[in-house]
Amino acid sequence: MDLFKLIGQLGSGMVISVEIFVLTLLFSLPLGLVISFGRMSKNTLLRSITKVYISLMRGTPLMLQLMVVYFGPYYLFGIKISASYRFTAVIVGFALNYAAYFAEIYRSGIQSMPVGQYEAAKVLGYSRMQTFFKIILPQVVKRILPPVTNEVITLVKDTSLAFVIAVSEMFTTAKAVAAAQTTMVPFIVAAVFYYIFNFAVAAFMEYLEKKLEYYK
Amino acid sequence: MNLLEINHMKKGFDGLEVLQDISLTVQEGEVVSVIGPSGSGKSTLLRCATMLEKMEDGDLTYLGEKAAWSDGAGSCIYAPKSDLKRIQRHFGLVFQNFNLFPHYSVWKNIIDAPIHVGKVSKEEAQERAAKLLLQLGLEDKKDAYPCQLSGGQQQRVSIARALALQPKILFFDEPTSALDPELTGEVLKVIRQLAQEKMTMIIVTHEMQFARELSDRIIFMEQGRIQQQGTPDEIFASGNGRVREFIGKY
Ligand SMILES: Nc1ncnc2c1ncn2[C@@H]1O[C@H](COP(=O)(O)OP(=O)(O)O)[C@@H](O)[C@H]1O
Ligand SMILES: [Mg+2]
Repeated sequence: MDLFKLIGQLGSGMVISVEIFVLTLLFSLPLGLVISFGRMSKNTLLRSITKVYISLMRGTPLMLQLMVVYFGPYYLFGIKISASYRFTAVIVGFALNYAAYFAEIYRSGIQSMPVGQYEAAKVLGYSRMQTFFKIILPQVVKRILPPVTNEVITLVKDTSLAFVIAVSEMFTTAKAVAAAQTTMVPFIVAAVFYYIFNFAVAAFMEYLEKKLEYYK
Repeated sequence: MNLLEINHMKKGFDGLEVLQDISLTVQEGEVVSVIGPSGSGKSTLLRCATMLEKMEDGDLTYLGEKAAWSDGAGSCIYAPKSDLKRIQRHFGLVFQNFNLFPHYSVWKNIIDAPIHVGKVSKEEAQERAAKLLLQLGLEDKKDAYPCQLSGGQQQRVSIARALALQPKILFFDEPTSALDPELTGEVLKVIRQLAQEKMTMIIVTHEMQFARELSDRIIFMEQGRIQQQGTPDEIFASGNGRVREFIGKY
């Protein structure tokens, strides 16, 4: 069997996996920050809601959440589901789930900041916005890079879960080809793909950590 | 002119009365040292004066502008935020543990607030920073990060950072207490230099000799009250037993 032809067949699946990965991060990283604000809010209601949200998202399988996002509109509101909604549902499901994990990471990072940084900024006259975005957040980013790296690597592997609502990412395609040609090779190619993908992600995160090593 | 006026300041933390009834005025060019045992409320006084902490009752006035005033019924009203923002520009605070911004270089620590808070032009901010670095003997540390500096150097940078905003009055909360003994000298030297330039300062310190030679006035605090204040000679020859006992320990 021609390996290049196989990789060509799997190619579109790879592209979709990468798309899921990139779009999930794009939405969940900022959303996680917003949720962490809710989680640390002075408003009790907001705090409780975000707490329940985070606990639900972390306490139930992502696979199940994807199905809820995909089938929910039909079962809850009778809205007819179009095939093009599949990919959207995957991104929404992933983003909502990962945002919950990132929210907790942000929260621990923000709460680990010494109060002296806030006080110094306040006495110097920085506004609350300036204090957060200029003084606090850059230091938080450095502190949370290791746990974020863990999540991001998990995300690479999690992209394969999109198969549950029949989005043809890498793994789905590999399975189909393997079944048609009764061979293990597609799975090996898939494994190599995920491994290289993760390797690249880990290398990039390491590069970021290095870049932030200029201060302690 | 009175740069700072505090009248009947009160502050407590869950039932504990930490500042009982503090009144204090500071004139332009004055150097005032605050001494007293640990837990007597010295830091709380500074934190209330710099509005890091809200006092419960009393008046707080800078250069005739009221930051907060007593409502006469045991509470205190703060001026609107926009006024406080302006009044806050009158003072600076140097912390015991520096609180420099670790992700900023020395240079950025000093120029950032003037540019982004003080609305000073970049050129002006850089000019001020260059002068301050020279004045505080840090000209070769411009591009260093705080973690690369000794404690004494970090404290000098934090003094430069406060001075770059050109406050009228500068508060110090035990500026040398976090330093190794051999590093306190360089920081005290800088403060001495500022006193010669007639910078108005309120310094909480345990350096008795330093307070004695530098201050126009020394305030002795105990249990949330000003027990005695006077010239260094008056305080060091005090007939008050508590003052004598405290000073005797140093
Ligand atoms: N944020 C706070 N919460 C509760 N108690 C505090 C707080 N800050 C200070 N105190 C208490 O107030 C008293 C005076 O503290 P402080 O002003 O730090 O004294 P000093 O600086 O003279 O050592 C101490 O008993 C201290 O425990
Ligand atoms: Mg103190």
